[in-house]
Amino acid sequence: MSILVDADTTFIVQGITGREAVNLTRECLDYGSGAKIVGGVTPGRLGREVHGVPVFDTVAQAVEHHGGPIDGSVVTVPPAFTRDAVFEALENGIKLVVIVTERIPRRDVAAMVELAALRGARIIGPNCLGIIVPDVIKMGGIGGPAKNAAQAYTPGPIGVISRSGGMTTEMSSTLSAAGLGQSAAVSIGGDAIIGSTYAELMPLFAADPQTRGIVIYTEPGGRMEAELAAWTLAQEESRRLPIVAFMAGRFMDEMPGMSFGHAGTIVEGKEDTASEKIARLANAGIQVAERIEDIPEMIGSRIAERASAGNGTGSG
Amino acid sequence: MRFFEYEARELVRRAGVPVTDYGFTTEAEQAGEIAARIGGPTVIKSQVLSGGRMKAGGVKFADTPEEAVAHAREILTLEINGHMPRGVLVDPRAEVEQEYYAGVVWDGTRKQPVIIFSPVGGIDIEQVAEEQPERVGRRHFSNILPFSDFVAKEAIASSGVTGPALGKLVPIVSRLARMFVENDMVLAEINPLGRLADGSFVALDAHMDMENEARPRHEKLLGELGVGKEETRQAREPTPFELAGEQIDSSDHRGVAGNVTEFDGNLGLVIGAGGGSLTLFDAVRAHGGRPANYCEIGGNPSVSKACGLTKLVLSKPGVDKIAVMMSIVSNTRVDIVARGVIKACLELDFDPAEKIAIFRIPGAWEEEGFKILERYGVDYADRSVSLNEAARRAVEKIQGAGATAAPPQGEATA
Repeated sequence: MSILVDADTTFIVQGITGREAVNLTRECLDYGSGAKIVGGVTPGRLGREVHGVPVFDTVAQAVEHHGGPIDGSVVTVPPAFTRDAVFEALENGIKLVVIVTERIPRRDVAAMVELAALRGARIIGPNCLGIIVPDVIKMGGIGGPAKNAAQAYTPGPIGVISRSGGMTTEMSSTLSAAGLGQSAAVSIGGDAIIGSTYAELMPLFAADPQTRGIVIYTEPGGRMEAELAAWTLAQEESRRLPIVAFMAGRFMDEMPGMSFGHAGTIVEGKEDTASEKIARLANAGIQVAERIEDIPEMIGSRIAERASAGNGTGSG
Repeated sequence: MRFFEYEARELVRRAGVPVTDYGFTTEAEQAGEIAARIGGPTVIKSQVLSGGRMKAGGVKFADTPEEAVAHAREILTLEINGHMPRGVLVDPRAEVEQEYYAGVVWDGTRKQPVIIFSPVGGIDIEQVAEEQPERVGRRHFSNILPFSDFVAKEAIASSGVTGPALGKLVPIVSRLARMFVENDMVLAEINPLGRLADGSFVALDAHMDMENEARPRHEKLLGELGVGKEETRQAREPTPFELAGEQIDSSDHRGVAGNVTEFDGNLGLVIGAGGGSLTLFDAVRAHGGRPANYCEIGGNPSVSKACGLTKLVLSKPGVDKIAVMMSIVSNTRVDIVARGVIKACLELDFDPAEKIAIFRIPGAWEEEGFKILERYGVDYADRSVSLNEAARRAVEKIQGAGATAAPPQGEATA
């Protein structure tokens, strides 16, 4: 089992003829059982191929060629064109959009997210590396070339959610080395407004029988961690998945008004600081690790505790 | 990107919100001319991108043009929290019956803009929200539907405002909401919004902040306001070291090797990527290390860019060694960064084995990268060494180096 994507997921790549998109297409085709990339879209390039994937001028052409609905799209077009590309995907029935593009103004992101909600679709990102289900499929640049992705990600019981693409791989690799594989890892993006937050992905992991615990990477800025803490507290205690968080950028508490690493890290209010977030997470029973190497032991023992208490074994 | 008050007021005025008959100047003498034109008591306000102006003496009241000149002269040379003022704003002292608050910000959880309105203005809205929550009205609005005035009406009415004031406030707050969206603002605030004796409203101060990512869309407007492309408007002005880093990063379009921030330590950092840099900077400090800088490498930069950034860090006065560390890379190539940092050492006549305290970048093309590092005797680590452990080793090495040059007091007596 997995969340969001599986071996049968079909998707397109919008902006497929760009340099990074060509690499990303190769990586996804090579990984796991091989992604079902049923088309690419770059206006004016109808009739070309990228690693055997047919290129179209419009999403509608790709859907027609496929002969039925397409599940997802990876959007890699420049920031000025992203809003239009995502609207095009949503209006052509695509239900899962991974936006790789960085530096998109919030106004555009908010419009995309709002339309997605109206269409019953989901957005991951922007400014993210996408989703990986170890050994099965990757949708996006997450983990890099198939060989490198296979080195870091292994199948197992941990769901990983991260505001940093690179740290998704670093944490998953650390978990894999300790024998804790991943059910799925999602790079959700580092911007101030994103399509899917921790709290919005949690119900999917909670419903997945393979997932026994969650590891998240967090940063200062925004209210996403507060939202996760509130969501967790609203769940019945026996049904709560164990969560371990890592908080980077603690030094930023001394530098209000500055943003480091990702656009979304700017601290705009006292609720956004690292120390405030750590307190909120801890209050919701979410352990916060000081070091990445401590995470496997922390999440492992939380899962074991829960199993011995008779929960989370899938029997309930 | 934050606007000065005189720019924010111009934005408010262009949006169709009434403003006072203020004037902006960089010359003390001219402040007198503006005060004479206004003809009555005035307020002289420092134009500086920092809070706490009043407390710092950056806001003064004048009864005559002569007094306005004297105050302006003083304020123009007054540094506030490390910022020199851009100029002064000369404002008529309005007879205000009541001060209101009107603002628009983004709500990242709801993923929509939200209007915030209160009949309690002139003070920090967060304080009002805490002490008198029933007097703060909020309404979110769509980013797909055109803005409709009823949203503003609901926000105002839910703060307890009714009567003739409501009708006068709706168009003002609606215009503020529209200008927030149209200009890609992250904050648009009129505080205080004053109600005069005749029942009309006027903006008495404004705060505006435009999203950096959207600046290219608003070049015409920024040009008209006189905002230079080189102005970062960060919480603190960029240092020459940081500007040099920006230049290196923009030298070619492949990848990132920049986002440099200067600190005053002795350990130069060549680190990445976004999240990795945050994690590593924390780790170095947690082990007692003193970073000389923050930076980010990512997106597979060229050898020359990695080399340029490393040379910049190595040349910074006070830097004894550098640590080259990243979280596992999948897009950036290990061998390219390795070549860049070694080239930088050699070009500056440094021994890479001595200058590079540790190289910890595992991932794509690592075999090739590690081979290069071995050839130059550089201490490197693969993914089995955590980010935290790599940072610890770097700090240990530089403290060892410092101890031989000038032993810390504690050790000398031991």
